Amino acid sequence: MADEADGTAVSHHSYDVLVIGAGGAGLRAAIEARMRGKRVAILSKSLFGKAHTVMAEGGIAASMGNANPRDNWEVHYRDTMRGGKFLNNWRMAELHAKEAPQRVWELETYGALFDRTPEGKISQRNFGGHQFPRLAHVGDRTGLELIRTLQQKIVSLQQEDHARTGDYESDLKVFHEFTVTELFKDGDRIAGAFGYRRPTGEYLCFHAPAVVLATGGIGKSFKVTSNSWEYTGDGHALALRAGARLINMEFVQFHPTGMVWPPSVKGILVTESVRGDGGVLKNSEGERFMFRYIPDVFREQYATSEDEGDRWYDDADNNRRPPELLPRDEVARAINNEVKEGRGSPAGGVYLDIASRRTTEFIRKRLPSMYHQFKELADVDITAEPMEVGPTCHYVMGGVEVDPDTASTVVPGLFAAGEVAGGMHGSNRLGGNSLSDLLVFGCRAGAGAADYLDGLGTAPAVGNEAVDAALAEAEKPFSVRGEENAYTLHQELQQTMNDLVGIIRRADEMEMALKRLAELRDRIPRVGVTGGRAYNPGWHLAMDLRNMLMVSQCIAMAALERQESRGGHTRDDYPAMDENWRRELLNCSLADGPDGPEVQLNHQPQPAMRPDLFDLFELDELKKYYTGDELGGHRADRGM
Amino acid sequence: MGYRAKFEVWRGDSSGEGALQPFEVDVNEGEVVLDIVHRLQATQAGDLAVRWNCKAGKCGSCSAEVNGRPRLMCMTRMSTFDEHETVTITPLRTFPVIRDLVTDVDFNYVKAREIPSFAPPEDLAPGEYRMSQIDVERPQEFRKCIECYLCQNTCHAVRDHEENKEEFAGPRYLMRVSELDMHPLDVRDRKDAAQEDHGLGYCNITKCCTEVCPEHIKITDNALIPMKERVVDTKYDPLVWLGRKIFKREDLEARHATGRRSLDDAGPGNGSPLPADSIGPVGG
Ligand SMILES: Cc1cc2nc3c(=O)[nH]c(=O)nc-3n(C[C@H](O)[C@H](O)[C@H](O)COP(=O)(O)OP(=O)(O)OC[C@H]3O[C@@H](n4cnc5c(N)ncnc54)[C@H](O)[C@@H]3O)c2cc1C
Ligand code: SF4
Ligand code: SF4
Ligand code: FES
Repeated sequence: MADEADGTAVSHHSYDVLVIGAGGAGLRAAIEARMRGKRVAILSKSLFGKAHTVMAEGGIAASMGNANPRDNWEVHYRDTMRGGKFLNNWRMAELHAKEAPQRVWELETYGALFDRTPEGKISQRNFGGHQFPRLAHVGDRTGLELIRTLQQKIVSLQQEDHARTGDYESDLKVFHEFTVTELFKDGDRIAGAFGYRRPTGEYLCFHAPAVVLATGGIGKSFKVTSNSWEYTGDGHALALRAGARLINMEFVQFHPTGMVWPPSVKGILVTESVRGDGGVLKNSEGERFMFRYIPDVFREQYATSEDEGDRWYDDADNNRRPPELLPRDEVARAINNEVKEGRGSPAGGVYLDIASRRTTEFIRKRLPSMYHQFKELADVDITAEPMEVGPTCHYVMGGVEVDPDTASTVVPGLFAAGEVAGGMHGSNRLGGNSLSDLLVFGCRAGAGAADYLDGLGTAPAVGNEAVDAALAEAEKPFSVRGEENAYTLHQELQQTMNDLVGIIRRADEMEMALKRLAELRDRIPRVGVTGGRAYNPGWHLAMDLRNMLMVSQCIAMAALERQESRGGHTRDDYPAMDENWRRELLNCSLADGPDGPEVQLNHQPQPAMRPDLFDLFELDELKKYYTGDELGGHRADRGM
Repeated sequence: MGYRAKFEVWRGDSSGEGALQPFEVDVNEGEVVLDIVHRLQATQAGDLAVRWNCKAGKCGSCSAEVNGRPRLMCMTRMSTFDEHETVTITPLRTFPVIRDLVTDVDFNYVKAREIPSFAPPEDLAPGEYRMSQIDVERPQEFRKCIECYLCQNTCHAVRDHEENKEEFAGPRYLMRVSELDMHPLDVRDRKDAAQEDHGLGYCNITKCCTEVCPEHIKITDNALIPMKERVVDTKYDPLVWLGRKIFKREDLEARHATGRRSLDDAGPGNGSPLPADSIGPVGG
């Protein structure tokens, strides 16, 4: 079917490792695989250096102990598990806490310039859920520094290759503005990938025995989101179609502070550093309402008076932190409730005030891009007036199930790292723990892929029929003329997820959502596009819609099934956390149905924590999450 | 508060052919130019090509020329225009058009690759890097760069002179050389390369790059002139002296007041129909 004349010719390319995604996770994976001697291609939907990671603001969590020497990996581990309400994969959380400092220091050897402490070390700032100041940062543009640093490291590796081979791209090549639409397998094993160049619409087939998914998140399935157009859940859907499983898909993080006005910027992130640096939340009555929302499990760690909370910024050892810095799920629910009970701001948010608490100079120095963002987009001077903020869909905790040590999935040759992978953050991610996650598991995925190749017998091959089928699928929107409009369907999907599977959930609403998603499933194949293949956003969206739909179904099905509230999953009809559900994970996979593959949901047990890690917690705290039998193994019971 | 606005948007492809297409479209309170382009896509022109990511001025993807001025579309508020005025959006002029508002910016990636990378002292172990805040602040200013390429698009040394593209890295990448030169721990000597390999000599410090930078980086004053001064330690460059003399802030303002900018007088390099002087009094 491939044909030169009508523009559907497919060109073929061979690599050892394909990395899909050029964010923090993908670039770190590519660096690792390349440094281990593999030929690597990086594929990314947007331009090199513009992946979503560029938007990260606050910082990267690593227990270097520069700001408070009492910090160490064990404290970071405990904070991470608490933040995720003990649903985290403990091994991932352990590796993450232990390896994050190395990964951050390594960035300095690539040329990163973090803000400094007076002793000249990397400065670290406070963030929600972190016991000590732990986030390495560069003002409020940490993600930009991370991306640029990794991008420049890639370039330096290419320069080394150039010196050796005369070709910058001989061993490490970036195909940017390239969308992967399908993965190929040979039997059980991964064999390659298919996709198109966005600028020209040319089709490319990659032959590679190892593929690392690093495609980020799913936020574009929701109407109000801090995420960009890239976040259509492609990697999640590609993994499902290749036979891998997704876990924890019911857990979607709504960041408590997105912009709410003007309407066109609704959802754009207001970094948590505003609160870490002294900003407070107030309702329309001027009350610092967060003091009313400290849940029992956190009661001991948070201040109960404004005075104590304020003292904490200068003397964290002798005071407890203000409740504005509770984990995100708690703050988002509190804001939601204030607005619902009529104490919201005119645009339907609450007030975030740093103007009355810090000097103009301090604010402009510490939060330059927030200053800029509000000034330019909302005409608000944050050094003089409060901001209006409300929850926005920000991050998906759920993702591809991986082996913690190698980032491999159940499909041989398929790896996943970064936001697209699941498990590390449990039911809720702490701020700053994503950027560190990207580096730790990006690195491990690159190493995992290299090791896999070293042990590979015969190389897998891509079958011609599979290429033809992938090509036919990509061409489909051009032959269906004009029936359904991709933009309209996208808006309907976003509205459905926002209204019915949003921050507070109920069984009847989610059943309704599933019904609407089923209707969309019938309509999406009828989407037609106008124009040709060259840089055609209508076509791009038509391709992405299938993925958004599949991922939305996973979220709605898992959310309906989990009858408790935990972290990023809040049920109006099951408001309590239920110990029995802590032992259960929900996974999604594809099974054959009458009209093609269908998402199916299954239960699997949450692996029990290793005893030495369990012992890092005090028994009293564990009792809030665990019951009877499992507590038996704790050191307190062994008389230690 | 909404109104109907008149727009003209460049529609064309890589052949260089194309034309301005007129649209009438709703505008709501608080919207930016990129919102309007998205509305056009969703309602009138499903295949209208535009590049964007963050919609918050952080990724540098949505660069274009709005009424002839190089801008980020996501940071250009509609309230900066008169409701009766026709808003014209054209692609960056210095780079070849791929389609509609999307240009081929690979030139910049090629230039990035030509700059030798950061070289730390060999005996310094990870975790042992010590730098003072005051020393990192200078290069940090340049690392705010979001690679929107508006400066690259604007600098007349490439905008008017296709032939210079070979030898001249452009402001963004000269700034990168300067950034590495100021990195407290970089051990490479970069000043000769700046002049000889990256074409620092082509820059005659007009500051047009600084004027368009959405990150407000003082490219000319803080990166290029200091670099030139370092080079001048060994070679005399009259422009440095001149630059200090002539291009003071007041002069720049005076140039604004006349409505003339130092962009170019040349015809549209990539099919963009606007002469340089049509730059309107928009958006500051
Ligand atoms: C506004 C904002 C602020 C944040 N601030 C912080 C913070 O301060 N600290 C923190 O720890 N976390 C923060 N986060 C979260 C964090 O930035 C993200 O979770 C993280 O950057 C994801 O990185 P990634 O490498 O997994 O993917 P990304 O950086 O999103 O990269 C995904 C890549 O995959 C590519 N891709 C996707 N689909 C395809 C396809 N089909 N074909 C080819 N390529 C594809 C994309 O083009 C892109 O290159 C923030 C998030 C947002 C939105
Ligand atoms: S100062 Fe003028 S000549 Fe020099 S790089 Fe900037 S725009 Fe170009
Ligand atoms: S220096 Fe400024 S104008 Fe130039 S690319 Fe960077 S951000 Fe854009
Ligand atoms: S879309 Fe990112 S800068 Fe405009």
